[in-house]
Amino acid sequence: MKFFDQDKWNEIFVSIQKHKLRTTLTALGVFWGIFLLVILLGSGQGMQNGIEKQFRGDALNSIWMYGGSTSKTFNGLPKGRRIQFNNDDFENLQEQFPEIEYLAGRVFLSGTQILKYKKKNLSFSVFGVSPDMIHVENAQITSGRFLNKTDEQKRRKVAVIGSQIKDEVFGNEDPIGKDILLGDGMYRVVGISHDPESNQAQREIYIPMSVAQVVFHGNENISNLSLIGGDLSEEQVNQLQQGITETLAANHQFDPTDNRALYINNRYEDYKRFQNLFLGIKSFLWFVGLGTVLAGIVGVSNIMLIIVKDRTKEIGIRKALGATPRSIVSMILTEAIFITSMAGYFGLAAGIVVLSLLDNLDSDFFSSPEINLGVGLAAIIILVIAGALAGLIPSMQAAKINPIVAMRTD
Amino acid sequence: MIQLRNIKKAYKTEFTSLQVLKGIDLIIEEGEFVSIMGSSGSGKSTLLNILGILDDYDEGTYTLAGELMKNLSEKQAAYYRNRFIGFVFQSFNLLNFKTAVENVALPLYYQKVNRDQRLEKAMHYLEMVGLKDWSDHHPNQLSGGQQQRVAIARAMVTEPKVLLADEPTGALDSTTSHEVMNLFQEIHQNGKTVVLVTHEQDIAEKTERIINIQDGLILNSNE
Repeated sequence: MKFFDQDKWNEIFVSIQKHKLRTTLTALGVFWGIFLLVILLGSGQGMQNGIEKQFRGDALNSIWMYGGSTSKTFNGLPKGRRIQFNNDDFENLQEQFPEIEYLAGRVFLSGTQILKYKKKNLSFSVFGVSPDMIHVENAQITSGRFLNKTDEQKRRKVAVIGSQIKDEVFGNEDPIGKDILLGDGMYRVVGISHDPESNQAQREIYIPMSVAQVVFHGNENISNLSLIGGDLSEEQVNQLQQGITETLAANHQFDPTDNRALYINNRYEDYKRFQNLFLGIKSFLWFVGLGTVLAGIVGVSNIMLIIVKDRTKEIGIRKALGATPRSIVSMILTEAIFITSMAGYFGLAAGIVVLSLLDNLDSDFFSSPEINLGVGLAAIIILVIAGALAGLIPSMQAAKINPIVAMRTD
Repeated sequence: MIQLRNIKKAYKTEFTSLQVLKGIDLIIEEGEFVSIMGSSGSGKSTLLNILGILDDYDEGTYTLAGELMKNLSEKQAAYYRNRFIGFVFQSFNLLNFKTAVENVALPLYYQKVNRDQRLEKAMHYLEMVGLKDWSDHHPNQLSGGQQQRVAIARAMVTEPKVLLADEPTGALDSTTSHEVMNLFQEIHQNGKTVVLVTHEQDIAEKTERIINIQDGLILNSNE
């Protein structure tokens, strides 16, 4: 029997139209199941998106290192010595730990610097940073480029400015390629950065670390070091942290167990915690979602059983008039599949509409809810198949009943 | 047209076996108008159900229009029910969600006749039973007599070899019964073989031959 048989569909549409309650009940179960699933998974994704946005400041798996002052004597050296990183530390770390994906140093300049451009005269914070800082800070370049290795090696006097500086100093003018005066030196603007961390970050100027060291300090000191460890396990991260501590301790002659000489801020642990939190939320949502689908399956199965019972007399009459058991089963299943898939489709559509309404609600912990369309479609298919299977066995049984017996039921 | 040889039928449960038909021999010729009479439990309805291929039998042979009706698959049974037999029930057995004309057209759906032809033919038979103006009505908007006439139209629409009726007037008052019987007579006069089951003497007397059945056996069959 071909599936697209106009007469058969006509029979089915008439049947659906004339049995509104039955149709509505079947459809409602599937509609509600899919609707809830879409809302649940979508809001879960929205929650994750919202939380992720909160932590979009620095790269989540970064490690930051600051020099402190020794609190233990070491090799006959007194305590209270300040630990100051320098270019040797930077190079040592780079050579000894190939597992470091990005390594960046930063040099602070004391106070703020005066920026002069045309008639503008404003003061901003300026940092000397390594090219890799863009990855550690997780900043975005909205125009031009960030500082690169050549800038660093050749001590080019170039600058990347925060997006707010662009607005305040240049207005509508394109700053790329323009020369600005910082302190006593002319710098060429090569890029505009946007760091989602805070508004303050949009008012910062980056120049190459080597330039900051030579021009402003006249030494090779580095204020702090930061790195991203690539794809490392928790244990490997701890080993890396230990190795770095020992290298820096050897370079600066302090006790590796002296936790005041070196401050290490390992964001990797936070990162791990949030990864677990997301995993927890996701598993919970999937659990609830699968539960919803399961409840939908039970509901649809129940309704199918009732429908077949309800139609036993009709089945008997049709058989007495010459319907084959196969045509009876086909009629019931096609009707069920049609109703459930339409209901599932509308459930999916309604769920997506509600999610897009929730999209406007952009709070700290909720942002752009979305649903994987494949997941929604898979859920519909599961419900449709479950409904068909649940209808198959009773309808096969009903189609086998002697028509005389079937017609006697009411 | 109909030939029964030593038909036996028992309803078996786990512990008991009720022999309903104990060896029926019967021949009904083409164009006959026959009634089967008997008291309740005599086996007359079972016999009619076997004739209508709605029930099977344990022993003997049943030949309908030259075809042996034995050990039929569900599909074959459906085919013969649809092509050879028109069945009229005591309780009409119309589908309530379909209109009169749709009910009449339903057997043709199982012959894969297209919808327009189905409805056209159904209208023709509704006209024959005098219900052309009621074609759009649903069964619950029709009287009992009208419903039974729709059921007769439905039984006739496939132009079956025999028309079988199980207590067709059992749910009707005497005036309406009379009208329905006139309709059967008309169908018979057009050459159709008609077999009906009844326990009412005056209904049976309207037919040409009465077959009396008692305790699963035919007593006589007076012409």
